[in-house]
Amino acid sequence: MYRIGEKPYPTKIMHDKLYELIIRGERLDGRGPYQYRPLELKTSIIEKADGSAMVNLGGTKIIAGVKTALGQPYPDTPDQANIVVNAELLPLASSFFEPGPPDEKAIELARVVDRCIRESKMLELDKLVYIPGRSVLVIYIDVYVLDYDGNYFDPSVLASVAALATAKIPLYEVKNGDVVMNPDIRTSLPIRKFPVSVTIGLLGDKILVDPTSLEESAIDTSIVIGWSDEDEMAAIQKNLQGFVQMSVMEEIIRVSREKSIELRTKLMEAIGRVGAPL
Amino acid sequence: MLEKVEHRLITEDGRRIDGRALDEMRPVRIEAGVLDRSDGSAYIEMGKTKIYAAVYGPKEAHPRHLAQPHKAILNCRYHMAAFSVEGRKAPGMTRREIELSKVIREALESIVILEEFPRSAIDIFIEVIQADAGTRTAGLTAASLALADAGIPILDLCAGIAVGKVEGRIVLDPSEEEDKKGEADMPVAMAPRLGSIVLLQLNGRMTSSEFMEALNLAKKGIGVLYELQRKALGKKFTTFTPIGEE
Repeated sequence: MYRIGEKPYPTKIMHDKLYELIIRGERLDGRGPYQYRPLELKTSIIEKADGSAMVNLGGTKIIAGVKTALGQPYPDTPDQANIVVNAELLPLASSFFEPGPPDEKAIELARVVDRCIRESKMLELDKLVYIPGRSVLVIYIDVYVLDYDGNYFDPSVLASVAALATAKIPLYEVKNGDVVMNPDIRTSLPIRKFPVSVTIGLLGDKILVDPTSLEESAIDTSIVIGWSDEDEMAAIQKNLQGFVQMSVMEEIIRVSREKSIELRTKLMEAIGRVGAPL
Repeated sequence: MLEKVEHRLITEDGRRIDGRALDEMRPVRIEAGVLDRSDGSAYIEMGKTKIYAAVYGPKEAHPRHLAQPHKAILNCRYHMAAFSVEGRKAPGMTRREIELSKVIREALESIVILEEFPRSAIDIFIEVIQADAGTRTAGLTAASLALADAGIPILDLCAGIAVGKVEGRIVLDPSEEEDKKGEADMPVAMAPRLGSIVLLQLNGRMTSSEFMEALNLAKKGIGVLYELQRKALGKKFTTFTPIGEE
């Protein structure tokens, strides 16, 4: 019988190896514990979408697209535009993903991206209402994981935020009680914040950021923290089974905050917002 | 001329809309062994939130290819009854329920000694019959008690509670109104004996220091729930009443 909490042997060997390295401040791919993989961000790559972005984070490739349409608001928010996030773990991205409707992992991803965008109050949703209670903008964000080497949360948030920040949506006007689209003018979405998320992996009491899929298979647990700006968190999701010791919580928050600032700087550079007021 | 009335959730003297103090939880009732057919079960009430949890297993894993050679697999279904909320909820599994089933399962996988039962499965069902905030944490609290009631070996019971930020103040166990109108809602679950967090989510905005304050407040509430869980187990399995307890 396996001992309590013991992993199958290949995983256990990997776990112990990673732990041995992380104590010395090292990782399998040569990174430091708090170092992200190289990040590349390109926007407006899909002409037919209102906004789009592709993010490469090491070997993880994610594309996000934004489409907008007119629709009815939800009954409990008659004076706010709607956000609808969907995510898919495409079977071409990894042998771990299978075709079919979004499974629990894809649903979790979509809901974490949604939470980062919604709870950070990134978009001024009240400015996208044309007739309160009847006609508002519906913003669809679709996230596709194209290539998967661990940590699909952070690049999904980056791609979604970049796609929203660079989106050009049709201008709608109210004429004689009807909402009509002005085909000649496109405008930007009203944006307040640029949320980013930071994924932290835990090996016992040791922290590593941006785990690869190999690391994800062997770490004890992981936690995703969304930051709406330098000082405020907007979303947290502990995912994977396992414990987070109370004693490392403060360190997790400190590291994630630091890394979120770094990611946001890269995001702002990529979408050409450097120096622009937040 | 009509004027919009400012509706305050916390009064000047630090009382909440339902009269509770900031660090006060709603009345709680926890019972073990409430459903006869299951191998273990529990019932929890927190204010108007009412939840049943039941455990079946360990039993043969189905379909067979899902079985793990070195440990049991754990299945978890968190579900809300159609009549549990204002209006009517569609009876199937919503995306929210699928996500919560996942995070609750992951929390329980941390405490159950799955290595005791290779090639088998343990099923956990959580049925919310009335939802009034804090259902995922209350559901997890009941589920962990149901596991203990089923005699399944666990490293520790786990209990969960939500903490919220309402009008800039950190509050324990937010009510539905505080959850909806407040700035943040943070469900937390811990295995107290192990000093570990098994479930952690945040919806809404908090600074680092508010987060640490909220986490410590949650820890306090979890301590209370943990004692109630142990009492509920004691009540079911003890045949004599210790002096001083009725």
